This record gives sequence, structure tokens and C-alpha cells, in this order.
Amino acid sequence: MKAFIKMVLMSGVFFLGASMAQDGWASELVTVKGSDTMVIVAQRWAEEYMKKHPDATIQVTGGGSGTGIASLINGTTDLANASRPIKQEEIEAARRLGREPKEVKVAMDALGIVVHKDNPVERLSLRQLMGIYTGHVNNWKELGGKDLPIMRYSRESNSGTYLFFKEHVLKDMDYASDCQNLPGTAAVADAVAKDPKGIGYGGVAYFDRPNLKVIKVSKADDQKAIDPIDRSDLKRTKVHYDVVWSGEYPLARPLFVYSLRESAEIKRFLDWILSEEGQKIAAELGYIPINVAAVAGR
Amino acid sequence: MEREGRQGHKLQALEVHPEAQRAQWAWAKIHRSRSFVRKGRALERGIELFLFLNSLVAIVAITLIFLFLFQEGVRALTTIPLSQFIGVRVVDYFSNEEVFRYIWQPVGSSPKFSLIPLISGTFLVALPATLIASGFGIGCGLFLSEIAKPRLRELAKPFLELLAGIPTVVIGFFMLAIGADWIQRIFHTSYRLNALVGAIGVSCVIIPVIASLVEDVLHAVPREIREASYALGATRSQTVLFAILPYCSPGIAAAVILGMGRAIGETMIVVMATGNAAQVTFDIFKSVRTMTATIAGELGAVAQGSNEYYALFLVGSVLFTITFFMNFVTEFILDRVRKRLRM
Amino acid sequence: MTFSHNSRSRKSIRLLEWAFVIIAGFSMAVVVLLIAWIFVPILYYGAKVVTPSFLFESPEKGMTAGGILPAIFGTLSLVTLMILAALPVGISTAVYLVEYVQDSPIARVIRAGVNNLAGIPSIVFGLFGLGFFILFIGRNLDQVLQTGMLFGKPALLWAAMTLAVLVLPVVIVSTEEALRAVPWSYREAAYALGATRWQTTSRVVLLQARPGILTGAILAVSRGAGETAPILFTGAAYFLPKLPVVYVNVPLLPFQLPILNPFDQFMELAYHIYIMATQSINVQETRPIQYGTTFVLLVMTFLFNLTAIVMRSFYRRQLKASLQ
Repeated sequence: MKAFIKMVLMSGVFFLGASMAQDGWASELVTVKGSDTMVIVAQRWAEEYMKKHPDATIQVTGGGSGTGIASLINGTTDLANASRPIKQEEIEAARRLGREPKEVKVAMDALGIVVHKDNPVERLSLRQLMGIYTGHVNNWKELGGKDLPIMRYSRESNSGTYLFFKEHVLKDMDYASDCQNLPGTAAVADAVAKDPKGIGYGGVAYFDRPNLKVIKVSKADDQKAIDPIDRSDLKRTKVHYDVVWSGEYPLARPLFVYSLRESAEIKRFLDWILSEEGQKIAAELGYIPINVAAVAGR
Repeated sequence: MEREGRQGHKLQALEVHPEAQRAQWAWAKIHRSRSFVRKGRALERGIELFLFLNSLVAIVAITLIFLFLFQEGVRALTTIPLSQFIGVRVVDYFSNEEVFRYIWQPVGSSPKFSLIPLISGTFLVALPATLIASGFGIGCGLFLSEIAKPRLRELAKPFLELLAGIPTVVIGFFMLAIGADWIQRIFHTSYRLNALVGAIGVSCVIIPVIASLVEDVLHAVPREIREASYALGATRSQTVLFAILPYCSPGIAAAVILGMGRAIGETMIVVMATGNAAQVTFDIFKSVRTMTATIAGELGAVAQGSNEYYALFLVGSVLFTITFFMNFVTEFILDRVRKRLRM
Repeated sequence: MTFSHNSRSRKSIRLLEWAFVIIAGFSMAVVVLLIAWIFVPILYYGAKVVTPSFLFESPEKGMTAGGILPAIFGTLSLVTLMILAALPVGISTAVYLVEYVQDSPIARVIRAGVNNLAGIPSIVFGLFGLGFFILFIGRNLDQVLQTGMLFGKPALLWAAMTLAVLVLPVVIVSTEEALRAVPWSYREAAYALGATRWQTTSRVVLLQARPGILTGAILAVSRGAGETAPILFTGAAYFLPKLPVVYVNVPLLPFQLPILNPFDQFMELAYHIYIMATQSINVQETRPIQYGTTFVLLVMTFLFNLTAIVMRSFYRRQLKASLQ
């Protein structure tokens, strides 16, 4: 019996403390939620920012662009990362609650097509990619490779990457049903690195590892294939910024942060992201900075 | 156990146990106050009511789970045409023909909600897992209750408890990182992550479930059966195979069904190890997507109130119904077995 | 046994006997091998990584370096809150079942409920936690109390509540067992002294059953620490290096008192393994961290289980001795 009472008292202390301190933490904490593509960089931003400003707490969660924006509208997060622009119906949903989402473009991302290092295929056109991912091209032989079946690796359907690929490459057709939907781009990279028959897609930032080959992509069969990788640096996979900025590379997209609520802390954080320092971090992680100065300084 | 306790220790109660002594002292103290009896009765009633209300929590929880799952799940049935849960006709971009497809792709401009690949995927993992686990689980149960001497049993049993105590995410991680490589090397599969990898992982979880229930059932077989068989000159194996196993076969069936229910509901192993391709297939070496993995993978990211949100709750409702039914069957059989055996 | 009819059938009988022993023994051996297969690589790779700094530091450099302190802390606070919620309800239920209604129809209905609850898939608890605790209770509390978004979001409290419902059957069943193990003669002695039911229960039976109940509680904690699916949507965070703690000014105390904040999100070991193995920046590069985290989780649940098993066998032996 005494044990019961002790426990109840203990839990009472917990809740009491929580309610006492409630307004204490609400003012400091900024929550960031959304795109898995951006979670790497968002997390790094949070880490570095908190080092510079020890009074701030930035909490980062992934979950996908849709989750982020939905949570922003539902009010469960302060900032939403999105690897796609906000949809009209989402803006309207926010307006119905009397709020206007504010968009900040924080970086760009090149979507890379990745195969195993031993795969002789060097380039693919968007139409060929569509054939592969809709299940019409089933053997590497048809694409100039070895006589091996194609193993398709895709992302989980909640990711912005999945939707971007579906819209821009598959032209809104359905993925082949034997596509293996993996929970993260890192899982795709890992799977393709282990599978000589595999093909995957995702932010180039993830593909900086041995056994993987990022291949060139062309807009049409007869056009020039563009390499998203800057091959002049042999040591590490570095994105070719020029082809992304100019729009030559067909699979590049902007990355956004959305906010509804204005606060000094949020503004300070967003400004810092766009500063040279924040952009440098993005560049280091394989994203394409929008602040040219950050690259020029390197 | 209970009955023995009740009869065997009546005599012992005569010499006052220290606990009883303490109780007596406590008693004497309370009895001194005169208003005790009336107050006591109200208190007793109150406490009994309190305990009763607490004991309802489990049932209330089940009811709430049922309500909240189905309330959202049913909404999927009203907002999405029913035939969509089977499959849809789509126009093929390349050949320009109309084909009927079973597709689960709940996002995009024309979402598709076929439950067929998810259900078939679930069973393609759960059935082999149950098969593997039944063999080893029943074997372990037989070993523990019929073969092992007490000391060996004391040594062997903790291993089953250890296996049961491994968190499923650890098994999932192990199958993903190491187990899948082994299986690919042995079977030369083209899919590294496939239904078999998931099934082997899941069977690790349900072997202890089946083994412990089988052991309990075997233990509860009346001694007369065993003695009668030995008296007729049967050996140990003959006794087990021809007298004991037939006698308690419903109990063993219950164990297998219980194990299968667990296999269907297992989440973390399948989400990490089956490859998550929502395809309709009967090839155990292909990637599949189970119902649990679909919920785990997608629910975190859908907006509340969207069609996909409701569809995922519908998947949850189907899952709940299947496992609830299996539990019910297990309970029903075990209830009858308990009456026959001394469990 | 030895009066078989002829040598041939005797031989086949012996063969059957051997086959039986070998097949059953083989299954047991497979279980042992399976455990070795899983444990050896994890313990081997994990032990290399687990150092004091791994245990007591926060993740760094986009979770490719540093330690797992927030995950360990999150797991411990999660199971603490969980068991605080599950234990009173579970013990009360078991007491009611064993001491009050025993085998009446009410007891049978409640037991059926408990058994069914134990069989519900853990992911369904996750759906339930989201739908009931966060969206129903949390959002409605916010509306009534005008607290904006305090309750209606994933939080430590809701994850712990969801897990508490999940482990409730474990607590109930093991408490029932502990209560049953108390000899009936004790109760009879108490009744004979004029004790009422509750007095008998609280001063005699529960006192005797305490070690057994504690064992059950530890088993429940171990189970809760290993669950991932129920907390996926109810509170686990991908990256949150600060602990779910708030510092409170208490009058007369010279320092700020750190108190667990049940409305924060948290990192958790099992969830950390899942996301590190599938969603970290480079799955291959962070394998050591994955092994290290798995090692810690495995050792943690193993220690809980071991304590429970040892306590149970000790307690059973003691009980046996007291009965003789």
C-alpha cells in the first residue's frame, strides 16, 4: 500500500512540475518537422545553431513533406520542411484557420539515379526511367547492360521524393507493384550498394559511398545526358552546381521551409540558415546552396 | 496447485504464522474503536467497487480500440468506392490497353487502395513463419515436458525465455543487417529482402509462444493417460505419439493458431526485413508488403482526415478483426481443453 | 516395456524412440543456435562501440557520431511513466479477479478481455494511441482548457499511456499468479481472526505476493522497453538531443530542479535502432552506432528479464520451503 502511495506521489511531482514549467519551455522550443530528404541538413542546422545559441532548442523530426505541412496546419510543429511546394488546398486549409503560410527557399536538391558500381549502364533518359519504374522494362539488357533482371528500389509513399518522382518521371502513372518501398533514401543507397541488379533514386547527398554509381540523365532519348556529379573532384561525390542552377539537369528541385507563426526565434533561425554559414553546411552535406557566396568562398 | 494448497495446509494453520500474528495485532488495534463495524462495511464496499472499476479497464480498452479503429476505418468505406479496395482498371501508357490491377499506392493524383496485395503479403509471411515455428515450437514443448530431466529443463527453459525477451526491433535489425545476407547466399534469391527473411525473423518471436503453450498443455494431461499407456507396454515415444498427442491435439492446435495470430500482427521485423513491395505473389523469395508494415511505414506521414488516413485505419481494422478472431478461436479451444485437462 | 514380441519390432521401437528424442532435442538445439546466431554478432560488434562516452553523450554530426544518452534517458522515462500507470490498474484487476470474484462469470468475461488485449498487434496500439489519446483526449482537453496545442500532439505521456495499455495483460497475469501462490491457509487464518476481505487482501495476501508482483512489473518494463510500433506515432522523435526535462524553480532550493516533462517528445532506443538502420544519412557508415544501440537495448532488456527470472525462481523456492 505504501508503495502505491509513493508511486502516486512521485507521478504527482512529475505532472506538477510539468504544469508549473509549461510557459517556461514553450517560448524557447522550435519544432521542425517534415521532409526526410531534408532531415539530414535540418538536423545539422539545428545542431550547429544550438551550439551558437545555447538558449535555443530546435527539435527536428522527419516523416515526409506531407506530414510536415499537415502538422504545420494542425499546429503541432512550428516549421515544416518540404521537398515540394505547398499545394493550393494546403494553403486554403491554413487560411481557413486564419493563417498564411510563409515560404522560404532554403536550398536545392538534385535527385540522383543510382545503380551498382558494376553495372555498365552509364546514362538513362526520363522515358527509359519511366519504363523501368512502371514495370515495362524488366531487364538491364534492354538498356545496354548485362542480362540481369532489374530490381527497383523506391521510397516510402509518404516522402516528397516519391511524389516528385511519380509526377516528373512517371507522369503520374503507378509504380510497378514489385518496387521495394524502403523507408529512407539511406536504405535505398544501402540496398543498391548490395545489389548489382538494383536501381534507386534519391537526393544525391545520400549516394556518397563506395559501390554506388550515380548515372547521367537526359530529358529525352536523343538529348545530351547530364551528369549531376562534378567528376573533377575524385575524392568525394560533389554535386555539379551549374547544371542544377541552370535547370539543365532534369531532376532538380527546390527545398522549402514553411512557417505560420512569426517569432523572433524562428526568424533568427531562418536568417541563420540563409546566411553563408548555414548554406555552407548544406553544401557540405551534398545539397545545392542557393547562396552563391557560400560556394564561392570554398 | 490451488486445490492442493487449500486442502494440504489447513492443518498447518493451527500453528500461528508470523504474518497471521501480525494481522492479529493489527486487528486488535482496529477493533478497539467501536464504530469500526459500520464504517468498515462502507469501506469494504467502496474498495470492492474501486477494484471492480479497475478490472474493467482491460475491457474498456478493447472496446475503445475497437471503436476508434472502426470509426475511422468505416469512413474509408464511405469516401472510397468499395470496388477500389479490390483493384482498379488502369490504362497502360505504353500499350494503351485497359488492364485490371491490384495496386496499393495511396498517394498521387489518382490514389489506389487495393487491399489484396497487403493481405496476400501478410499471409505469405505469416504462414511460413507459423509453419517453421510450429515445428520447432512443438519440438521444444515436447523436449521440455517429455524428454528433459528436471535439471536439464531448468537449464533449457531460460533459453526460450531469452528468445521471447529479445525486442522485435532487434530481430528486425539483425535480419536486415546480417540474416538477409545469409539467406541470399543460401537460396541465391534475387530479392535480398523477401518474405522468407521476414518469416524466419517472425518465427523467432513465435517459437517461444508456441513452445510454452504446448508445454503447459502437455503438463496438464492427466497422469492416468500416461500410466495406462505405459501399463500396456508402450515406450515413451509411443506413449507421446499415440496417447498423449492425440489426447491434447486441440490444445496444440490452439497454440499454433495463437502463434499465427502473433505472426500476422508482428510489425517491426516485417517493416525492416520483407522489402515492402506491395505485389500479389505466391513466391516466398519475392519482396512483399504486409498490413502491419503498411501502417507503420505510412501512417506517420498522412494528413488527418485524408482518404489515405482512413484507408490505413481500415487496414488496421482488418488486422484487428483477423487477430481478434484468431485469439477468440484460441480462447474457445483452450477453454474446452481446460475443462478436459487439469489446467 | 521389454516384453516386445520379436526382435524386428523391438528394433523399430528403439528406432522410433531415438528419432523422437533426436527430433525434439534438435528443436531445442535450434533455439539455442538461433539465440547464438542473433546474440554473437550483435554483442561482438556492439561491445566495440559501447564506451562511457557512447552511453553519456548526445548524437553529433547528423547522428553519425556521438552517443545515445537521450535515447537511453527517453527509454527509461518512458517505461517509468508506463509502469506507474499500468501497475495500480493491473494489480487492482488481479486482486479483484483472484480475491473477489474468482471463477464467476464476471471473472471469465474480464479474463477473456485481458487475454484478447494481449493478442492485439502492437501496431494497432499505435493506431489507438494516436486516435484516442492524442486526437480524442488531447485535442478535446486543449479545447476545453484553452491550452492551444499542449495535449493534442505526440508526447512522452501519450506514448507511456499507450504502452501501459499494451503491458496491462502482462501485469495482470503475473500478479494473478503471485496472488494464487499465496497459500489459502493464510487467508483462512486472517478470516478466522475476523478480518474482512480487504483487510485480508491488503495486509496478508498482497504483503506475501509482493516479490511476485515486482517480478511481473519488471517483466512488463522489459516488454515495454522493447516495443517500437506503439510509439512510432505517439511520441518518439527522430532527433532531439536535449532531454525531455524542464528546470523548475522551487522555493527554498538553491538550484533549479530538473523534472521530467511528459509533454515533450523523446528519443528512444528501439526507435533509434529502427531509424538508424533505415533512415540515417549513411546506413553502412553508422552500422557501429546501430550495433552499439542494439547492444545497449539488448543488455537492458536482458538484465530486466534476468532479474525477473532469478527473482521468480528464488521466490518460488522460498514459497515451496514455507509450505513444507
